[in-house]
Amino acid sequence: MDIKRVKDYVYWLYFQYLLITCSYVLEPWEQSMFHTITVTVLAMVLYTAYVFIPIHVRLAFEFFSQMFGGQPESAV
Amino acid sequence: IHHIVQNGGLYKKPFNEAFEETPMLVAVLTYVGYGVLTLFGYLRDFLRQWKIEKCQNATEREEQKDFVPLYQDFENFYNRNLYMRIRDSWNRPICSVPGAKVDMMERVSHDYNWTFTYTGRVIKDVINMGSYNYLGFAQNTGACQEAAAKVLSQYGVGVCSTRQEMGNLDKHEELEKLVARFLGVESAMAYGMGFATNSMNIPALVGKGCLILSDELNHASLVLGARLSGATIRVFKHNNMQSLEKLLKDAIVHGQPRTRRPWKKILILVEGIYSMEGSIVRLPEVIALKKKYKSYLYLDEAHSIGALGPSGRGVVEYFGLNPEDVDVMMGTFTKSFGAAGGYIGGKKELIDYLRIHSHSAVYATSLSPPVVQQIITSMKCIMGEDGTTLGKARVQQLAENTRYFRRRLKEMGFIIYGNEDSPVVPLMLYMPAKIGAFGREMLKRNIGVVVVGFPATPIIESRARFCLSAAHTKEILDTALKEINEVGDLLQLKYSRHRLVPLLDRPFDETTYEETED
Repeated sequence: MDIKRVKDYVYWLYFQYLLITCSYVLEPWEQSMFHTITVTVLAMVLYTAYVFIPIHVRLAFEFFSQMFGGQPESAV
Repeated sequence: IHHIVQNGGLYKKPFNEAFEETPMLVAVLTYVGYGVLTLFGYLRDFLRQWKIEKCQNATEREEQKDFVPLYQDFENFYNRNLYMRIRDSWNRPICSVPGAKVDMMERVSHDYNWTFTYTGRVIKDVINMGSYNYLGFAQNTGACQEAAAKVLSQYGVGVCSTRQEMGNLDKHEELEKLVARFLGVESAMAYGMGFATNSMNIPALVGKGCLILSDELNHASLVLGARLSGATIRVFKHNNMQSLEKLLKDAIVHGQPRTRRPWKKILILVEGIYSMEGSIVRLPEVIALKKKYKSYLYLDEAHSIGALGPSGRGVVEYFGLNPEDVDVMMGTFTKSFGAAGGYIGGKKELIDYLRIHSHSAVYATSLSPPVVQQIITSMKCIMGEDGTTLGKARVQQLAENTRYFRRRLKEMGFIIYGNEDSPVVPLMLYMPAKIGAFGREMLKRNIGVVVVGFPATPIIESRARFCLSAAHTKEILDTALKEINEVGDLLQLKYSRHRLVPLLDRPFDETTYEETED
């Protein structure tokens, strides 16, 4: 019963995606093309996020902690 | 939401009109959707041009490929690539009388709406939320039908002539006297087609050297009539009296464009109920402005005659005004009277002039006798002259249906445009895929609705338009509301961000009435 509700909810979310991006009115081959492009772009965005964000966050943290952490030392 | 303050002098009851703003996210997503469809449209046009795909729409012939292109503008692009994909929601053939319920012929398309075939099955008892059947006179039984059948056996169907030649029947004279009495004017004239009434009579009334001030959202017949007349046309913002007053002032002060001579005539064109917005014209203010600046008023009551006012006499009675203040009262018999045709009412000199100079009177065939009898019977029924209270009951039923339906839809959370008392209810859809999805889902649940998209409305404001009828009982409305609620949840159409306080709970001052956001 729960699995069915989850499946229905996921299908409803897919239906909303189809409606918002207007792939609901496209023919099946156009829909496949559009889904492929969307999934590719999404995958690239996620991969870029995975590769770059942790390193950039660490560098930003180091930069700011150096700026603020360095101050009390020099004041004394 | 609009801050509505009532002026005790002009308006005798609250004027509740609201056009909720498009939520920003919805507007952005609508543009995204149109962007995707445009890209795919370009792709398909490319494939069609390079013959990779079969071209099924109209194109120029081979010999004409070097001429000026006919099908390259945006309207044709939209038609080929967007309208065709959802075309099955329009032009649905019905095969019974369009009353509260109607039978539809089922059709399928195997090549994505380029061609349709009928399966042979008839979908019975589809709840009809799309016909302009405001007082429920679209019937094939009853007093109207019997009277029309009698006249049919007496006069036949064809008139075979124009009004000025041999087509002036005694039925037409009877009809015109009745219409004049119904509206409270001196005289009236009836024409065979409502669209032709506007487009053929405005050129007879105004010409070059006159000024026409027409509302932004006027119907195509008014626009066509105005353009055919050759007068200068200036457009004021929809139902906006400040804009109208500014235009009137400028017209009187500056006169005609180059010569600065005064205008020969200034004619204000407004409609009683605007069918795409569901809004009612601010008639008391228009009449006050008209009297102040000495111009003429042409009121097109196509949707409001029979549908507004305590006894169905239209928007003039709804506001409690004097019909003699409106110079030209035009209306149609198509909507509330269940017939066809249009009329113009006004002073006797005006109508006599139109009898001679109107193009419709000279060239168009006059109304067919059974249709005239249908109008006469239904009008007498509304006026109460047939001895029953059916007419009054219908007018009251329509008013109740309107208030109930609009209140329930607003409570559910849809964005509904227009005035509280107008039987035309536009429900905003915005996204192009939802236009097709709404039409199809409602038909699956046995409700027929009219959805409207680009050329008739601005491109992001597509809507579903419900036309209420006195023939709808409360059970039918409840069924329809339940299905609309379901489809609204399924398609995520409940965009409204206002939680309106129910009107009965809140005490309000008699002279001012405010609606605020909560």
